[in-house]
Amino acid sequence: MAETRRIRVEMLARVEGEGALEVDISDRKVQSVRLSIFEPPRLYEAFLRGRAAAEVPDITARICGICPVAYQMSSAHAIESAFGMEPGPEIRALRRLLYCGEYIESHALHMVMLHAPDFLGFEDGIAMAASHGDLVKRALAAKKAGNTLMCVVGGREIHPINVRLGGFYRLPTRAELSALQPDLARARDDAVGILRWASRFNFPDVERDWELVALRHPTEYPLNEGRIASTSGIDIAADEFDSVFEERHIAHSNALHSVVRARGAYLTGPLARYALNYERLPAHIQALAREAGLGPVCRNPYRSILVRAIETIYVCEEAMRLIATYNPPREAAVPLTPRAGVGAWATEAPRGLLWHRYELDAEGNIRTARIVPPTSQNQPAIEADLLDIATRRIDEPDDVLQLACEAAVRNHDPCISCATHFLKLTVNRR
Amino acid sequence: MARPRLAVIKFASCDGCQLSLLDCEDELLAVAGAVEIANFPEASRAVHPGPYDVTLVEGSITTEHDAARIRAVRDETAVLITIGACATSGGIQALRNFADVGEMVRAVYARPDFISTLATSTPISAHVKVDYELRGCPIDKGQLLELVSALLAGRRPVLPSHSVCVECKLASRVCVMVAHGTPCLGPVTHAGCGALCPGYHRGCYGCFGPAETTNTATLAAQWQALGASRRDIHRAFRTFNAASEPFCREADAHG
Ligand code: SF4
Repeated sequence: MAETRRIRVEMLARVEGEGALEVDISDRKVQSVRLSIFEPPRLYEAFLRGRAAAEVPDITARICGICPVAYQMSSAHAIESAFGMEPGPEIRALRRLLYCGEYIESHALHMVMLHAPDFLGFEDGIAMAASHGDLVKRALAAKKAGNTLMCVVGGREIHPINVRLGGFYRLPTRAELSALQPDLARARDDAVGILRWASRFNFPDVERDWELVALRHPTEYPLNEGRIASTSGIDIAADEFDSVFEERHIAHSNALHSVVRARGAYLTGPLARYALNYERLPAHIQALAREAGLGPVCRNPYRSILVRAIETIYVCEEAMRLIATYNPPREAAVPLTPRAGVGAWATEAPRGLLWHRYELDAEGNIRTARIVPPTSQNQPAIEADLLDIATRRIDEPDDVLQLACEAAVRNHDPCISCATHFLKLTVNRR
Repeated sequence: MARPRLAVIKFASCDGCQLSLLDCEDELLAVAGAVEIANFPEASRAVHPGPYDVTLVEGSITTEHDAARIRAVRDETAVLITIGACATSGGIQALRNFADVGEMVRAVYARPDFISTLATSTPISAHVKVDYELRGCPIDKGQLLELVSALLAGRRPVLPSHSVCVECKLASRVCVMVAHGTPCLGPVTHAGCGALCPGYHRGCYGCFGPAETTNTATLAAQWQALGASRRDIHRAFRTFNAASEPFCREADAHG
C-alpha cells in the first residue's frame, strides 16, 4: 500500500525570516523540495524611490537588524560611486573596522547560539549553556566585543547612526578605539577556543559541488570591496552583475532567487569567501585552519562553523591592526556631490554577497533601487542541499528527517528578514 | 513557584528589536534563568504552547494572515509588550500607507499576483490591546531590561516619556541646533536612546517616534529658519515612524 504521511513544522527556529519548506515524497522517491518565503513584503525598493540619497544608508539598514552595516556599506558605496565621491584611505579603514565589528557579532551569535546546538543535540544555546557554559560565555563575550566596537564606531550595534555618505558624522578618538584592544584580543582567543571546540564535532561527510561566488580583492580578505569572482571563472565588476546573474521571482513566495544565467544555483557566504580568498589570510591563520581540519577549500556546509571561526579570528586581528594604525582623517566625511547617474556595488555581508544598485537624478534623489541580499542568492543552493538530504534519508522517521532539514538550512545562516522566517516544513509522503 | 513564561513573536520587521534581547550578553543567561523562554523561535527550536505570561511582539501588521495571528497572540498572553517602531507605529514599511501599494508591489516583484499584502502597515495597537510599548528603531536594551525586571519584581517600570531633547540636556551635550545650526528632531522625539545622535554631532532623526507631548509645528518653523526645505521637513517626519499621528500630520503640512 502506498504510504501517505505529512509532517508539519510551524516554524524553523534559529534562523531569521519566515517561510515554509515542503518535501514531496511519493513512490519512495523525493519528487520535489520547495522552500517558500512568507516574510511579509516590506517593499523597500519601492519606497526608496524619491528619497534623498543622504537618507539611504539609514533606511536600508532597517532591512536587516542582524547585518545593518552590510546594508549601510553597500548602499553608501553604490551611491558614492554614482556621485564620483572618493572618501579616501582613512575613511575606508574606519568602515572596514566597523564591518569587522558586525562580523564578530554576527558570527559569534551564529556559531555558538544558533549552529552548535545542532551538533550537540540541544534545542538552543541557552540550554547548551548548562553543560557547555564556558563556551557559551566565551561566545557571548566575543559577541559583546563586536557589539562594543560597533557602538564606538557606529554609535550603536543595531542600525548604527554614525554612517553617512562620504564617511561618518563623528570620528572616534584614538583613545576610544585603543580602549577596545584588550576585549578584541580576548575575543580573538575565544574564537580560537571555539574553533578547536567545534573542530571535534561529528560532521556529516558531504561535499557539495556548488559554484562558489564571493568578492575578491588584490590584497585583502574582502569586506567592503572587490570584484565579484567565482570558482567557475566569473570575474566581474559590481556594475556587470546583471550580465552574469539573474533574479527570478519564485512562484507563491515573496522571495526573489538569483542564479548564474549560464549555470544555475550558486553559493555565497563564508565558504565562498574562504575558498576564493584563502591566500589572503595570514599564514598563522591558515595554520589554525589546517589544525582544525580545513583545507584551502571547504565544500561541506556543516563545517561552515569552522570557517566562521576562522573568519572571526581574522576580523578580530584585522580590527586590532586597524585600531593600532588608526589615523583620523582631517574631515569626518567628504562632501556630497550629487549628480545624475547609476551606481552599483557589492560588499560581503557576514552571510554572503550583498549587491545594491541605484539610479539617481541630478538633485541626488533615488529614481530606482535594486537590492539583492545573500539569502535570495543562496536559496537555490540550500534547496539543492535539502533535496539531497531528503533523498538520502528518505527512510528515516519524520522527526529525524525534519531535524536534518532544519539543520541543513541553519548551516547557511540565512539572513533573517532580508529574505526568510517561519519555515514551515511539510513532508508529503504518498 | 513556576517561572513566568515568555514568548517573542515576530510580524513584519527586521528582527533588530528581538536581537536586542540576545544582545544583552551580560544578562542573557540570568534572564533565561528568571523566566521560562517558552517560545522564541529566533533563539530556540523548543516552542512550547501558550498561554504565556509575557509576550514581546516585534513588527507591524501588513497581511490578512498576520491580522488574524495577532489576535491569537493576544488571546494567549497575559501581558503584551510591543517592541520597536514597527510594532508601536507601523515602522518604515508604513510608507506604503501614503502610496499606491499595488504599484509598489509591481515595482519590486515580477509576479505581483504571487504577493498578498495589505494596503497599510499598522501598529499592533490598531488590532489588539497593548499593555506596554517600547519605542525605538531599534529599542534600547536598557529599557527592555528595565521593563522585564519591573514586571518580574511586580513594580512599575521607569520609562520616561519626555523628549530626546531632555535626555540631551541631562547628558550635558552641546545642542547641535543651537551650536551648529543642524536640524534635529530631538525636541519632539520620545526619549530612550540617551540622545545618541547629538552625541555623534548629528541631528536626531526621530527613530523613537513622537514624545508624549510634542509641538511639531514650532520645530518645523525652526528647521525652516535653519534653511531646511519643505521637502526636507516632509521627509524627516515621514520615515521611521511615518504613521504615528503627530509625525504624520506634520509631514502632511509640508507635503
Ligand atoms: S523597529 Fe526598527 S529595529 Fe525594530 S524590528 Fe522594526 S525595523 Fe527592526
